[in-house]
Amino acid sequence: MTRPAWQPKPTPPVQALKAITLIVIVIVVLAPLLVVISTSLAGTEEVIAKGGWVVWPDHITFAAYRQVLSGGVVTRATVVSVLVTVVGTALSLLCTVTLAYALARPGVFGGRAVLLLVLFTFLFPPGIIPGYLVVQNIGLLNSYWALILPVLVNAFNLVVMRGFFQGIPSELYEAARIDGAGDIRILVRIVLPLSKAVVAVVGLFYAVSYWNSFFNAILYLNDSAKWPVQAVLQQYVTQGAQLADASVAEQATRNAPHSIQMAVVVLALIPIVCVYPFIQRHFVKGVMTGAIKG
Amino acid sequence: MTRLRRDWALVLLMVPAVLYFLVFHYGALAGNLIAFLDYVPFLGLSGSSWVGTDNFVAMFHDPAFWHAALNTVEISGLQLIFFFPAPLALALLLHSLAGDFVRKFVQSVVYLPHFISWVIVVALFQQVLGGAGVLNGFLGDHGLHTIDIIGNASAFKPLVVAQVIWKDCGWGSIIFLAALHQVDDQLYESAAIDGAGWWRRFWHVTLPGLRPIIALLVILKLGDILSTGFEQMYLQRSSVGPQAAEVLDTFVYFTGVANGDWGYAAAAGLFKGLIGAVLIYLANRVAHRLGESGIYQ
Repeated sequence: MTRPAWQPKPTPPVQALKAITLIVIVIVVLAPLLVVISTSLAGTEEVIAKGGWVVWPDHITFAAYRQVLSGGVVTRATVVSVLVTVVGTALSLLCTVTLAYALARPGVFGGRAVLLLVLFTFLFPPGIIPGYLVVQNIGLLNSYWALILPVLVNAFNLVVMRGFFQGIPSELYEAARIDGAGDIRILVRIVLPLSKAVVAVVGLFYAVSYWNSFFNAILYLNDSAKWPVQAVLQQYVTQGAQLADASVAEQATRNAPHSIQMAVVVLALIPIVCVYPFIQRHFVKGVMTGAIKG
Repeated sequence: MTRLRRDWALVLLMVPAVLYFLVFHYGALAGNLIAFLDYVPFLGLSGSSWVGTDNFVAMFHDPAFWHAALNTVEISGLQLIFFFPAPLALALLLHSLAGDFVRKFVQSVVYLPHFISWVIVVALFQQVLGGAGVLNGFLGDHGLHTIDIIGNASAFKPLVVAQVIWKDCGWGSIIFLAALHQVDDQLYESAAIDGAGWWRRFWHVTLPGLRPIIALLVILKLGDILSTGFEQMYLQRSSVGPQAAEVLDTFVYFTGVANGDWGYAAAAGLFKGLIGAVLIYLANRVAHRLGESGIYQ
């Protein structure tokens, strides 16, 4: 975007003000992340000497990460998180794509009723207590499936995806039909290849929500040995509890803030930071088209 | 039936997701029945005794419930006043930048926190503002008084709003940026030719262009006033205590799941859900009145 002719060039003070504001915003967002990463990479002695946190480590050491990933609670929790995220995202995408595709076809059998069924959940989301009772009654308590099935399809994601599918010209369907393709074949061969952006964005939304969720684990998994990484993290970040790991706990108690705790924070953060840049550019295109058409 | 014969494959595709909604949303909806029971998990739905509206009567006489309701509305109100304008201001700033590179860079940075979990956000705030955090380290080094913002109940509500701004201000600006792009450039051009300065162009062109989306978002927020990020509150409730941090959602959780008062908690949850549904419905009606499409047609 270049500056249109009618717009006068901003005066130097205005430009300076804008620049300062932007720099402050970027620092406010990135500085806490930098401190956490730096603290996790500094040695315990350096962290203690500097009063609990480090802006830039003198010596980079991966000791905290080695300790955390050497097979204790955090290692197990990370594996659980990865598995739940991968399996959950795959199942969520599958169920969302199939329903969104069916609902995007005009005049499909039962389509109106199903759409109302879905939209009503916006108006009246199930509460915590009834949700718990459902999970209990179908026997999912203390099962990893309790982290996936109760949040399998997100109505907002569904509406976004349906909106995107509706934007695909109907001539494509008709042409494929004439060529003898069935509905499922059209979905796999024509609709999905045209919908990479929205599938990427909705997939990211699902993956992030699976990776970030901790409360369902606390609610549904009595056995804390089964907890994913965010639930383990919240336990000692917010409750001040120590890691159950004997080796880690010994080190963590010596000084409360703590390269090891920060290493767990970074571990929980890394997948987000890694996947984010690849999908970021699809946000506006993938989400806005669907959301506006809703 | 001919339509079913034609669409059998599509109907088949709908089955998994529809099953999900039936079990986990509509099954749960039916579970609200326990709000009218003295529910004992051991006895189950059929064994627990029917108490009519006793749970609701108890709730209306419970000061803890009203306190949680008040906290919820207070926090929502603060968010409406302080969080709501922030993304708009950010969008205006970003939109005014001539250089694509800077704008895209800043956008990439400010969208990121939206994807960071509440657990990590709370941890970051503790690390920066907590008793042994960066801010106090700085204050201490310069011989100033240290302050513990994180464990301070009276600072809790502003802190909560600050966290929401940090996490979602950038993300919230996307929708305003999209609206700003849709404002016709010719309007700015003719206004400028007519001698309108920055402020008058903003007042007479930009703001009218944004009015529909602002109205819509305010209305939606009003409809959502009884929900304040459950995870955010749950995570910090222990550090400042329920007096400051108890909201309706945490009240339901701690009364029901933690204290085992299932029927009573379900009643409070159902009450919150019903008021919320009415508010969202009304908000949507108002949005339609204003000529907007609302969240459902």
